Amino acid sequence: MNTRLQSCSAGDNVLRERGQREVFCGLTGIVWLHRKIQDAFFLVVGSRTCAHLIQSAAGVMIFAEPRFATAIMEERDLAGLVDANDELDRIVAQLLARRPDIKLLFLVGSCPSEVIKLDLSRAALRLSRQFSPAVRVLNYSGSGIETTFTQGEDACLASLVPVLPEAGPKAPSSLLIVGALADVVEDQFRRLFAALGISLVSFLPPRRSTELPTVGPSTHYLLAQPFLHETAHALEQRGCKRIVAPFPLGSEGTTVWLRAAAIQFSVDGAHFNAVTTPLRERADRAIGRYRPQLTGKRIFLFPDSQIEIPLARFLARELGVDLVEIGTPYLHREHLAAELALLPPEARLSEGQDVERQLDRCRQAAPDLVVCGLGLANPLEAEGFATKWSIELIFTPIQGYEQAGDLAELFARPLVRRARLVA
Amino acid sequence: MQLTVWTYEGPPHVGAMRIATAMRGVHYVLHAPQGDTYADLLFTMIERRDRRPPVTYTTFQARDLGGDTAGLLQTAMREAYARFAPEAMLVGASCTAELIQDDPAGLAQALDLPIPVVPLELPSYQRKENWGASETLYRIVRALAHPPRESPPNRRTKRARSVCNLLGPTALGFRHRDDLAEVTRLIVELGIDIGIVAPWDATPADLSRLPEADFNVVLYPEIALTTAQWLQRQFNQPYTRTVPIGAVATRQFVDEVAQLAGIDPARALAGAEQRSSWYARSVDSTYLTDKRVFVFGDATHAIAAARIAANELGFKVVGLGSYSREFARDVREAAASYGVEALITEDYLEVEARVSELQPELVLGTQMERHIAKRLGIPCAVISAPSHVQDFPARYSPQMGFEGANVIFDTWVHPLMMGLEEHLLGMFREDAEFNDTAPSHLGSQPTPIADSPTHGPIALPPAFAGSTWTAEAEQELHKIPFFVRGKARRNTERFAQERNVGLITLETLYDAKAHFGR
Repeated sequence: MNTRLQSCSAGDNVLRERGQREVFCGLTGIVWLHRKIQDAFFLVVGSRTCAHLIQSAAGVMIFAEPRFATAIMEERDLAGLVDANDELDRIVAQLLARRPDIKLLFLVGSCPSEVIKLDLSRAALRLSRQFSPAVRVLNYSGSGIETTFTQGEDACLASLVPVLPEAGPKAPSSLLIVGALADVVEDQFRRLFAALGISLVSFLPPRRSTELPTVGPSTHYLLAQPFLHETAHALEQRGCKRIVAPFPLGSEGTTVWLRAAAIQFSVDGAHFNAVTTPLRERADRAIGRYRPQLTGKRIFLFPDSQIEIPLARFLARELGVDLVEIGTPYLHREHLAAELALLPPEARLSEGQDVERQLDRCRQAAPDLVVCGLGLANPLEAEGFATKWSIELIFTPIQGYEQAGDLAELFARPLVRRARLVA
Repeated sequence: MQLTVWTYEGPPHVGAMRIATAMRGVHYVLHAPQGDTYADLLFTMIERRDRRPPVTYTTFQARDLGGDTAGLLQTAMREAYARFAPEAMLVGASCTAELIQDDPAGLAQALDLPIPVVPLELPSYQRKENWGASETLYRIVRALAHPPRESPPNRRTKRARSVCNLLGPTALGFRHRDDLAEVTRLIVELGIDIGIVAPWDATPADLSRLPEADFNVVLYPEIALTTAQWLQRQFNQPYTRTVPIGAVATRQFVDEVAQLAGIDPARALAGAEQRSSWYARSVDSTYLTDKRVFVFGDATHAIAAARIAANELGFKVVGLGSYSREFARDVREAAASYGVEALITEDYLEVEARVSELQPELVLGTQMERHIAKRLGIPCAVISAPSHVQDFPARYSPQMGFEGANVIFDTWVHPLMMGLEEHLLGMFREDAEFNDTAPSHLGSQPTPIADSPTHGPIALPPAFAGSTWTAEAEQELHKIPFFVRGKARRNTERFAQERNVGLITLETLYDAKAHFGR
């Protein structure tokens, strides 16, 4: 498994590794997407492994009515494709009879369904015709061979873009915020944009499939998450234009992100400052509480969700953390250009993973805090490392001014806890 | 295809991981796509293990599929051997790798590693987790067990004490950690030595010595029966049939083990801290009599639970089922003894329909039955895998042996409404605080049970769709405590249907009550 150093245009060294990867597949996105889009149902077409993955993640909660399921392929499905499509139709009919409240059904592809080339996009079209207008059926792939963790959300949102209503040629300029955000964060941003005088703001994904945002050439979109490459591409196809910005993590990140939108919508600079300065100062105060615990601490980030680079930028610039290594499963240079420009120049980046070698590097560097997935966290704790499990950064409101202190606290917490516990 | 809301078992390679992770000195190289490493979390999070499972995944991606995935697998084996230096290696494929057919067995053979390498054939689209664990244990024991130095009669006479192996405890097993401790104590108190425990904490070298014991104790047939049967055929080692879950079964088990060892069982039975029998006989348990209970789980735990429910707690078993197809016959036999038809299925929706139809007062099941019980507003306790993090507790909580019986008494009675509250609820229906909510000692709100055919989550089965209730009868139904109301409703509708009564009145309701009793 080859390891090589590559120089890139930004002048930083990126270590590119291939080997055993300790990451989730895109199916995991269902765990938060089913809560965000309240009338959607996610039907994975896959094997028992896929079903087991989702319930191992989400099954600790007790569901009176789950909003996801798996159509488990059996021996006879592997024999012929025609049969598999009939089976799928039968299962979708069974599901919709049981759950008449579903308005949007995602057929989610998996490794097994991709390997045997089961065409779920055609199945989605066929089923959409059959069940419209009550239910819309879409398809995306959350397979491990194609997607890593948060790329599942990317694939899901990208599948929504073609069905978004068209904004006419005379439509006024509108702003689209892209990426699943916590409801509370979404509400804060809505209020902020209104205060700035940007009135036409919508969010993708919406909370209900009946509230799809309208898009067209008059739409400017702002990415709230760094892992939305396919979605961005699909929006460009619809004529939308991306507003270049870093991501809204921390006080600085949020300000620069908002300012990019403000400039695009010709918001007066003095007005922008008047709206944001008090919020920014409040966020700075909140972050300041955790600086004593984090400044000078050495942090090692394992690849997980692609949020690592914006996080590292926030930790380094706003909390004075020393970055040992920033691992990311995938590095999209264009979307992360604004982030890379803000990173300390000496930061070591790695893309991809060979988990054993990365663990060797981590042990050798002996960082104060390791940001990693739950497959590694307890074993590293047992070796004496303080860890912060990375998945929480996807399941917690961390964007925007009001959450900047909470985000810092997430990293301070394991260190505080280690100091606190006597035995 | 099968619509699966929840699956009772993982794929077979997870069973193989449970064996590898339970053991020491074994490494498992698994041909699998990126993302299948989620299974590590089962062990590091749900079971809270402090080490990574000894599993190397090839984690191939789409871009590898056009290339040399077989080479990827060989590299993974070579590197795993170099890095971890295991005493034995397991190699196999996950469901996706099974489709690309890279032949892990042949590739491993070609590498010619200087340790035993056990290839695993686990058909992912036919078999499941427990079968995978059973097959893996059988394959690795078959590969490693040496014929004993002494034949059975000599073995016995040379030793002062009998020796038995304990077979079955794995990683991620439901209460395996504490069951093992409890059974070990029982056996040692009998004056019998424990030889090898497998797979729990066993090394490949330990497995090679399995045939030296006098007999085998099978704790979990789903995992270890195949292996025990093979050991019996190969080395004339008898094995135990009784699983010691429940006070009665534990006494039977002690008798059986004593008989195999040729000793008197009295010693182990004398000092037992066996409170559950007295707790069940004490008068405040009287109200538990004939509480209607539905039981579902793996075959071993479901059969044991039904037996405890009926004979040790005085419940009425109204439903019994299992997802362990391999043991369907045993479950059917047990169900027949309670006069019910066994439900053998891995379809969660079928289980849900059966519970909904039976309207039990208590569900004893798996983590999945907790979803059903929440939806239907029925008390529930977990008796079997699949379970989640709450069922890997820090405290000592066996299911087996006499302490296991004590744990079971507390666990199963806890979700039920307590006696006094149940009485008062039957007397006074209009209290603002104590009404149709969960028992006050639990302090949470259930999803209310469906009370009318027109609303609520439970759709009535088609046979009852024709029933109409007068408003007065409907109101009277509400005066019946919620935990038996569902059943009363069903009984009344059945009664009306059998007699072609079109409209259910107050009289029909009380006629039915008199007809069916409680």
